Amino acid sequence: MALLEVDDLRTSFHTRNGVVRAVDGVSFCIDRGETLGIVGESGSGKSVACLSLLGLVPQPPGRIEGAGAVLEGIDLLRCPQEVLRGIRGRRIAMIFQDPMTSLNPYMTIEEQLMEPLLIHEKIGRAAAARMALQALQEVGVPEAEQRIRSYPHQFSGGMRQRVMIAMALIGKPDLLIADEPTTALDVTVQAQILDLIAQQQRQRGVAVIFISHDLSVVAGFCDRVMVMYAGRVVETADTRTIFREPKHPYTRALQRSRPAMQAKGAELCVIPGLPPDLSRPVPGCAFAPRCEFAVADCGRTEMRLQDVGAGQASACLRVQRGELTLQ
Amino acid sequence: MQEPLLELKGVKTHFPLERGMLFGRGAATVKAVDGVSLSIAQGEVLGLVGESGCGKSTLARTILRLVPPTEGTVILAGRNLAELAPEELRAARADFQMVFQDPYASLNPRMTVYDTIAEAIQAHRAVSRAELAAEVSALLNRVGLAARFSRKYPHEFSGGQRQRIAVARALAVRPRLIVADEPVSALDVSIQAQIINLLAGLTREMGLTMIFISHDLAVVKHISDRIAVMYLGKIVELGPAAEVLERPLHPYTKALASAMPLPDPERERTRRRILLAGDPPSPVNPPAGCPFHPRCAYAIPECSRDQPRLEAFRTGHEAACLRLEQVNAD
Repeated sequence: MALLEVDDLRTSFHTRNGVVRAVDGVSFCIDRGETLGIVGESGSGKSVACLSLLGLVPQPPGRIEGAGAVLEGIDLLRCPQEVLRGIRGRRIAMIFQDPMTSLNPYMTIEEQLMEPLLIHEKIGRAAAARMALQALQEVGVPEAEQRIRSYPHQFSGGMRQRVMIAMALIGKPDLLIADEPTTALDVTVQAQILDLIAQQQRQRGVAVIFISHDLSVVAGFCDRVMVMYAGRVVETADTRTIFREPKHPYTRALQRSRPAMQAKGAELCVIPGLPPDLSRPVPGCAFAPRCEFAVADCGRTEMRLQDVGAGQASACLRVQRGELTLQ
Repeated sequence: MQEPLLELKGVKTHFPLERGMLFGRGAATVKAVDGVSLSIAQGEVLGLVGESGCGKSTLARTILRLVPPTEGTVILAGRNLAELAPEELRAARADFQMVFQDPYASLNPRMTVYDTIAEAIQAHRAVSRAELAAEVSALLNRVGLAARFSRKYPHEFSGGQRQRIAVARALAVRPRLIVADEPVSALDVSIQAQIINLLAGLTREMGLTMIFISHDLAVVKHISDRIAVMYLGKIVELGPAAEVLERPLHPYTKALASAMPLPDPERERTRRRILLAGDPPSPVNPPAGCPFHPRCAYAIPECSRDQPRLEAFRTGHEAACLRLEQVNAD
């Protein structure tokens, strides 16, 4: 049985300029211990989808609808606020891109690590302090005994992200949502942090949803990948398959626009145009206006994710009809 | 060999830190750039890589004379920029231009695209109104924008389009050298490719020389002829772009190259990563000897004493490491 099953999640924002459909019918599931990568450009809805699950989208202006998001029998979209509060930070934890703004600058690292324990678990301060220290040691902060009394500004970016990971894992969650956890970090530090998340995941068997705009970061890290465009899932498959045989033109274009995939000096493949304005829904496939393979039907037929191979689903009409094979 | 367009000799850029009243001024200095010598040929694209705080942006700003060097000389097209009188420096600035990382902050929000580009043209040349209009539209076309956009304001454009405008503005003075400081980092992946293609095309077709700064190794490798790797204000490795990242010489470059994520799950899972311990040290009190020795797996006692110089190991591929032979024995 899946740990989390999300069915037809829809999040929209009601603004003065109309309704922005940030997440428009996203379904996925994740098993215990699995790593799911969600890839997409800014505005594709990858972060909003995850924030919606945790009830972290302000309502209004946001509105979260959907058939369900079931975490082992509890529907996150419909359960009362108190239940959700017990799940957030305890069964589902999240780490964010910018570790500076997600730590409280007025609190020591120790207090911040202890806080979730004091809220969620019925333990005393001394026991919480012991666990906080252990958590900090486990994420590889040197001289943890002394540094636990420091404030966030005394830590470097990489160290702060380690603190965030310690904080997220201290409640022993079943699911960790990592939203671009390494984007703000240097390459060598990024490698350290990815390594740390992978190692903690192996030890604890926690499931990870890894959100990134960078396909190459996802390549080494995730079991399965879900590609989002304009609030919808356009393709999902296991990592190897999606890299070897992408079955959606957007996935392929995204891969080919990265320099590492090209012969040096060759012209990079470019996706022409811009992502669509989500407050003006386009009929048919949202990617069609930028797609080199689009035909007239693409602009008319509603986009729907369909199985196109073993464990692989694509929302491309022409792939589904067997008219199009991408190498 | 051709006369280099740009030549740096022992360039140092230090910033004094003020540390309270008791110790007075100059108690500590940030050695942002600490002895860089480099020459760039006409038409070459040099990639400058390194982690945040390694001094790559300060080096760029020193070359453009946006900050004066503490020591050393910068010679551009045969002229020593430090010896120029303020008037001459102003005129010389037409030879070099910069494209910045954030196209949201580098364009004046209260000026139309036309005014932005026209201002740059007029700063260095007297042109008639008709010529000005023709030149602005030609520049916009050159960077892939329609001339009808020229009456719009920056906020009406997307990030990628704004970066195109910034490139057009840089080209307006007909520079010989363009310094692009992380020009695609703020853009989405699909838009990055457009700007990289634009910059690569410009250097090829107009014979422009470019210094391309980025922390994204894949992008730098793609666009550059040569790559210089910086660590704590010093160049630790310099060589042909593909060579530097595929057959790195310096222990730091080896770690950097192995940390670069590959878009290939098979290779990504099987390869060995060299994980560096700790964070890059601060340039306020850089370690003595080789700046990298505290994090280096190959370090020996001499490394904390003697400063290595750039030495050629293969043709045109040099690195600054005392143990270059031993490190690359295999």
